Amino acid sequence: MHNKTLAELSAALQQSEVSSEELTRHLLQRIQSLDGKLNALVTVTEEHALAQARQADALRQAGNAGPMTGLPLIHKDIFCTDGVKTSCGSKMLDNFIAPYDATIVAKCKAAGMVMLGKSNMDEFAMGSSNETSFYGPVHNPWDLDAVPGGSSGGSAAAVAARLSPVATGTDTGGSIRQPAALCGVTGLKPTYGRVSRYGMIAFASSLDQAGPMTRSAEDAAMMLNVMAGFDERDSTSVEKAVPDYTQTLNDSLKGLKIGLPKEYFGEGMDQAVIDVINTAIKQYQELGAEVIEISLPNFALAVPAYYVVAPAECSSNLSRFDGVRFGYRCENPKDLQDFYERSRGEGFGAEVKRRIMIGTYALSAGYYDAYYLKAQKLRRLISDDFHKAFEQVDVIMSATAPTVAFKLGEKTDDPVTMYLSDINTIAVNLAGLPGMSIPAGFVNGLPVGLQIIGNYFDEQRLLNVAHQYQQVTQWHQQSPQDFA
Amino acid sequence: MEWEPVIGLEIHVQLLTNSKIFSGASIAYGAPPNTQACAVDLGLPGVLPVLNKEVVRMAVKFGLAIGAKVSTRSIFARKNYFYPDLPKGYQISQYELPIVEHGHLDIELEDGTVKRIGVTRAHLEEDAGKSLHEDFHGLTGIDLNRAGTPLLEVVSEPDLRSAKEAVAYMKKMHSLVQYLEICDGNMQEGSFRCDANVSIRPKGQKAFGTRAELKNINSFRFVERAINVEIERQIDILEGGGEVIQETRLYDPDKNETRSMRTKEEANDYRYFPDPDLLPVVIEEGFIEDVKKSLPELPDEKIHRFTQDYGLNAYDASVMVANRDMAEYFDAVAQATGEPKAAANWVMGDLTGALNKSGQEINDSPVTAAMLAGMINRIKDGTLTSKTAKIVFEAMWNGEGEADQIIEAKDLKPISDTGAIEKIIDDIIAANPEQVEQYRSGKEKVFGFFVGQVMKASKGKANPQQVNELLKRKLAG
Repeated sequence: MHNKTLAELSAALQQSEVSSEELTRHLLQRIQSLDGKLNALVTVTEEHALAQARQADALRQAGNAGPMTGLPLIHKDIFCTDGVKTSCGSKMLDNFIAPYDATIVAKCKAAGMVMLGKSNMDEFAMGSSNETSFYGPVHNPWDLDAVPGGSSGGSAAAVAARLSPVATGTDTGGSIRQPAALCGVTGLKPTYGRVSRYGMIAFASSLDQAGPMTRSAEDAAMMLNVMAGFDERDSTSVEKAVPDYTQTLNDSLKGLKIGLPKEYFGEGMDQAVIDVINTAIKQYQELGAEVIEISLPNFALAVPAYYVVAPAECSSNLSRFDGVRFGYRCENPKDLQDFYERSRGEGFGAEVKRRIMIGTYALSAGYYDAYYLKAQKLRRLISDDFHKAFEQVDVIMSATAPTVAFKLGEKTDDPVTMYLSDINTIAVNLAGLPGMSIPAGFVNGLPVGLQIIGNYFDEQRLLNVAHQYQQVTQWHQQSPQDFA
Repeated sequence: MEWEPVIGLEIHVQLLTNSKIFSGASIAYGAPPNTQACAVDLGLPGVLPVLNKEVVRMAVKFGLAIGAKVSTRSIFARKNYFYPDLPKGYQISQYELPIVEHGHLDIELEDGTVKRIGVTRAHLEEDAGKSLHEDFHGLTGIDLNRAGTPLLEVVSEPDLRSAKEAVAYMKKMHSLVQYLEICDGNMQEGSFRCDANVSIRPKGQKAFGTRAELKNINSFRFVERAINVEIERQIDILEGGGEVIQETRLYDPDKNETRSMRTKEEANDYRYFPDPDLLPVVIEEGFIEDVKKSLPELPDEKIHRFTQDYGLNAYDASVMVANRDMAEYFDAVAQATGEPKAAANWVMGDLTGALNKSGQEINDSPVTAAMLAGMINRIKDGTLTSKTAKIVFEAMWNGEGEADQIIEAKDLKPISDTGAIEKIIDDIIAANPEQVEQYRSGKEKVFGFFVGQVMKASKGKANPQQVNELLKRKLAG
């Protein structure tokens, strides 16, 4: 049952092959027996889930069920969930019970979905390996000594290990796509503004975007149908009609123009990974696609620009964690200064502090022009590169990450090397474009992700392109041995 | 040496919206602590601001009223600093690209001349909460009801040269924002408050001296006093060979002195940057045109009309206009009677006197504009004399009804029957032979005595003109 995709489970529920309660109990049982090895979940909401499942079954009996009613999911612990701990992977929010639902949480609830729990993540989504979490690292189900990627590492590992058919994630610089690649699942980061950010704890507001992590493109389309849409509570969400993303999955790829940016196939990329990607591209050619070599000349500027913009925004976004109204507060402060310094000093982990420091510096008087403004200009250049590219091609493809999953602890002492593991994903966030990662093969028994980048609000095409590949390959159906 | 003060004001105008600038919570004053603070105001994790469109309309209204440039594109920025009553750790404000720039306000100086004061900019921002240091033993309470209240910060050019000019500017601004109905002007509740930048320089010197910023001075009287004591302090320093340092100072009204709060070195680096949660505010020309059409008659226009059309003198007109309600009351009476001078005299005289005595505002006056107009019309048609009019006014004030009812009830109708007046005159002439003799021998001054006697005998009801004519004839013998 746990090997079924969301689409298959939806059919099974509709045909009463299984009840939502049975499905929920089964997955809760799996979580209980298997998550000890993974540490993918921070909170398991067992009672809550069973109550929702029974409610879903009742709806179905009454003939009021929709296609998503009774389907289970896990929310990344960055989304506020009413009455449930929302930690954002931080000691700072270890005691925080959110008093409201994030918009996407409310939408999933309204669709009748059942929340099994909240997934582990890098602290405040800052990390590429899930090792910065206050709750300890998540282990990759394909190799328990390897990282799952980050920051949505818990969601990726849970979906890969069949603890849930689907999980939500957020992507600021690759935090959905990179762990999806490293864990061998399908991840979609929608266009900036496609999905509401309300109730999603902000890391870098101009880059953050929520999306689904699933085992197939079809499942991602079903999830995006639920998650997407304008929200009057998020001024940066876009008022644009939401199509039915499942409708165009089966469109032919004949004549599809795929751009291969040469910069994404050069220095720093593992050759074995590139080989897997090239094989996938061949597969697309067999499906009728045309391949065009393109150039995104400002590729190398993405990581430096990102590591100014994202920390600058985070330094301000994380100011509200001051111990005054919620969250961690230090013991016996001797005055206000001490209250702030110790509450924040003790509540935040090292990586978060590092980024707050970088961001504070970049926004300081005398440095603002040289860093923040300059980075914004680079951002424009990077976007312009993509605009030009999409005049020639329909989608752009590359490896999602330069390597397969690395070992736990391997890069923790070298932040710059760690930052470079997002080198292929970051530019997409800076430009605000949609991007996906789908399983495309293995290197040394570890999954490789193929990144597909689309034009603004072209999620339909991304999902179509991914789905067609998944119709002729089985990479997305592989499951890690211990979690079959 | 003769010193010249240079003063600029930053006025915080609390906008009269129903809800906060970035959330739906109420901004009503005086609610129990933290009952008007929603998730957005509390700065909970994950919440986002959404701009209240009404504040944009109000800012545009203000910009148009001060002849400013209304920016078709303005940007909200974050001003970052830590304070317990600042929930998000930053205040959403405008920094580069404010919504209003380059306006002006004309003020009338004591010598009757008009001075134009430049308004550098006006920008939208949210207010912070309040820290409550009393009532909590060794602790500080935080009330976030005020957090997110919309403010328009209006920054003047350093064009003011005395505390009196500063007060005149502030009063004019205070009146303007109430005319525009964008602020209730309540200074006690902090709806209209002011910081002053003060420096001095030797008269004739072009360069500015080092300034001190005086924080949060919340009455016209305090503004004048605070600026004056600050000018004195700076003169003492410079004449004593010292140097003024750039700092923020707090005015203490009890001691009538200013005290240092923080120096420039201690000042925060606010690390302003555009707020990524909010889109640029784009205003279309059509919107600006609509707002322009909705503008009320502004104080300067009103003063002009009152002097030109109603013949009021400049002083009376400006006193009347300073209070929008009074101006509208007067305007209504003047229009209903066609007697603007009489209307002005009654409004600024008996009515204002009665209101002051009872401590009421003109909108609560028991004598409405229509009632006063009704009374003045009875003066105009000769039914009331100045004497009986006073009786009627007092009766109206006491709630005894409208002029006509009172005239009826108190039997104040004039005696227009010539025979009746003649009888009174005959009696008075008969009773005062001495004065009659005086008058007839050329002492015409005595005429007034007769008029007075007749009026008294008629209880003010005789028509004065009729009395004059009959008296003249009868005394002539």
